[in-house]
Amino acid sequence: MAAWRALRSIAGAPSRARLGGRVVQRIAPYRSPLLVLLLFLLYPLVDHNAGHVNAAADAAVYVLLALGLNIVVGFAGLLDLGYAAFFAIGSYTYAFAASPFYGLHLPFWPMLLVAAIIAGVFGALLGAPTLRLRGDYLAIVTLGFGEIVPTVFLNLQKYTGGTNGIVGIDQPVLFGYHFGFNPVPYYYTLLGIIMLSVVAILRLRDSRLGRAWLAVREDEIAAASMGINLTTTKLLAFSFGAFFSGFAGALYVAKLGIVSPDQFNFTVSFTILAMVVLGGMGSVFGVIAGAGILYEFQTLFLTDLTQWSHSLGAALHLPLLTRLNFVNLKFLLYGLGLIALMLLRPEGLFPERRIKAIITERVSEEIPPGDVTEVAGVAGSAPAAEGTPPREYAREE
Amino acid sequence: MNWVLFGQQLINGVSLGAIYAVIALGYTMVYGIIELINFAHGDVYTAGSFVALATLVLLGASGHMAAAALAFALAVTFAVTMLVMGATGIVIERFAYRPLRGKQRLAPLLTAIGVSFSIENLLQLWMGPSPVPFPQIVPNPFFSLGPLTVGQMQLVVIGSSLVMMAALQLFVHRTRLGKAMRATAQDWMAAEIMGIDINKTIALTFFVGSVLAGAAGVITGLFYGNIWFINGFRAGLIAFTAAVLGGIGNTTGAALGGFLIGFIEVMTAQYVGFQWATVAVFSVLILVLIFRPTGLLGQQLPERT
Repeated sequence: MAAWRALRSIAGAPSRARLGGRVVQRIAPYRSPLLVLLLFLLYPLVDHNAGHVNAAADAAVYVLLALGLNIVVGFAGLLDLGYAAFFAIGSYTYAFAASPFYGLHLPFWPMLLVAAIIAGVFGALLGAPTLRLRGDYLAIVTLGFGEIVPTVFLNLQKYTGGTNGIVGIDQPVLFGYHFGFNPVPYYYTLLGIIMLSVVAILRLRDSRLGRAWLAVREDEIAAASMGINLTTTKLLAFSFGAFFSGFAGALYVAKLGIVSPDQFNFTVSFTILAMVVLGGMGSVFGVIAGAGILYEFQTLFLTDLTQWSHSLGAALHLPLLTRLNFVNLKFLLYGLGLIALMLLRPEGLFPERRIKAIITERVSEEIPPGDVTEVAGVAGSAPAAEGTPPREYAREE
Repeated sequence: MNWVLFGQQLINGVSLGAIYAVIALGYTMVYGIIELINFAHGDVYTAGSFVALATLVLLGASGHMAAAALAFALAVTFAVTMLVMGATGIVIERFAYRPLRGKQRLAPLLTAIGVSFSIENLLQLWMGPSPVPFPQIVPNPFFSLGPLTVGQMQLVVIGSSLVMMAALQLFVHRTRLGKAMRATAQDWMAAEIMGIDINKTIALTFFVGSVLAGAAGVITGLFYGNIWFINGFRAGLIAFTAAVLGGIGNTTGAALGGFLIGFIEVMTAQYVGFQWATVAVFSVLILVLIFRPTGLLGQQLPERT
C-alpha cells in the first residue's frame, strides 16, 4: 500500500483508464470482509427459517449500536455506560414521527436520517457536561444519563405514552413495497446501512478527526499540546457515536412496531459495551464480530443449550439438568465472561494493534499486583521509571 | 406549606439517608485507597439482605419469639451476614480486582461491572425474580414527637447507622490498621517502604466496606420488609452519588452526602412526584461532578484517569 502511494505520487494523479485498477487496489485489503459480506447477503436465501433471519436482523441492530459505541469507547477512549439513552432517543424520534400517537405519518427513509441526526445532537448535548471528567467519573455520569433518559420517557406520560409506550409504529415502504412483518427486507436494509456505516467509520477513523480521537485516547495531554482541541474532538466523538444509535433505533422500532422505556435500561447499555469489549475496543471488524457473536449467543445458543441440557437430563435421569435454564443465567455468564475476558485477554478477541499495545502495557505508578517482593522490586527500580512519564496518570489541572 | 408533613418527611429522609450513608462509606473507602468505583458494592449490600433472610429462616426467627431469643437471633444474623459479606468483599478483591491492579484503567472498571452482574444474577437464581418478603420480627411501635410520629425501626436504623459510622471513624483514625489504610490511600509506595503490607491493607479495606454494606443490607430488610435482587444497582448508584457529593475518599463526607441524598430523594418524591426521585438524585450527581467535582468536604482532586 505504501509503495503504491509512493508510486502514485511520482506518477501524478492516476488517469481515468486506471480507475478500475485503483478501485481494486483500494479494496484489496478488505478482501476478507467483502467475502464475509457476500456470505451475509446470501444468508436469507439459504436459511428459510424466518425466526433465524429475524434474529439475524436483530443482531444487525446491535451491530450498528456496537459500531456507534466503538467510536466513543474504542476510538476516543471515553467510557460511556449510558449508550442506550441515545438508542432510546433515536427510537422515540421515529416513533413520534410515524405513529398514530401524534397522528404524524412521516416517511421512513428521511426520518431514519432525522432520527440519527437528533440522536447525534443529543450526543453532543449530553456529552458537553462530561467534558471535564475522565475515566471512571465519566463512566458514572454517563450511567446517570442512561438512567435519566428512559425515566424521563417513562414519566412524561402525556407526551410519550409512559409505561405503555407507543404502539402501531409505521413500517417502512420502499418504492411501493411494504416491509410488513417479514424480517428479510429489514435484514437487507440493515446490512446495507451497516455496510455504509463501516465505510464511513473507516474513513472517519483515518481522517483528521479520527486520528485526533486516537491521539486523545492514547494521551490526552500530549494530544492537547499538539494542538488538538479536546472539547470539539470529544463532543464529536459523542455525537458521531450517538448518530449511529439513531439509525439503529429508528430501524429497531420500525421493525418491532412498538417502543417503550423498558427497552432501554442499563442491561442494554451493558450488553452493547460487552459486545465492544468482547470484539476488541477500537477494532471495527472486531466489534461487528463481537456484536454478532454475543447476540446469537444470547438468543439462539442459550435456548439451544437449555434444550440440550433438558434432553440430556431426561436421558440420564438427572433432574438438575432438566431444570437448568441457561437463558436465565445470561447475565451471570456475561458477568463472569467479562471478568474472565478482562483477566485473560483484556484487548478482546479481535484487537486493534494500538489498543493491544496500550492495554497490555503496565502503568508504572500504579500499585502492581502480586506479593511484597514484587512490589519491592518495582519500588527499587523507581529511578529508572522516572524517566518515562506515567501516561495514564497525569492530571489536567 | 405544611410543616408537619415536611417534618415527617424529614424523618423519613434521615432514616433513608442513614442507609445510603453506610453504603457510601464502602464506596468512598475503596475509592480512596485504590481509586476504583467498586460497582459490585451495591450488590454486596443487597446480597447482605439475602444472606440475612436465609440466616433468619435457618434460625426459625419469627415475631412471636421472646425478646431475649429475638435479640439473640438478630445478633447472630448481623454477625453472620457481616462476616459472610466481608469475606465476599475479600474474595472479589482478590480475584477480580487485584490481578488487574496497575493495569489500564478501563479493565478493573469493567470487571467491577461484571462482578455486579454476576451477583445480581446469582441472587435472582437463589430467591427468584420477584421481590421477596423479609420477616418483620422487630416490633415497630410509633412514638409521637410533638405533632410528628417516628417509628421504632426508624430510630433503630438511624441509631445503628450512627454507631457504625462512629466505629468506622474510630477504626480509621485511632487504630494501627486504620493508620495503615490512611497511609496506603495517601501514597502506597511510601507506605510500602514503611513496612505496610499493601495487599493486606487493601483487602482489609474491602472487608470493612463490605461488612458495613452487609449490615446495611440486614437493616434494609428489617426496615422495608421486602428485598429484591435488583435493589443493589439503584441503591449502589445512589450511595455512590452520596459519596461523590460528600467528597470521595472522605468518610465524614460520605456520611453527610448520604443524609443529604436521602433528604433530596424523599423531598422530591413528596413535592415533585415519586417517579422523579431517581432523576433528581442523578441530576445532583451530574451537577456536583460538573461544578464541584471535589464534593462538599473533599480536598483532594478526584480526577485521576
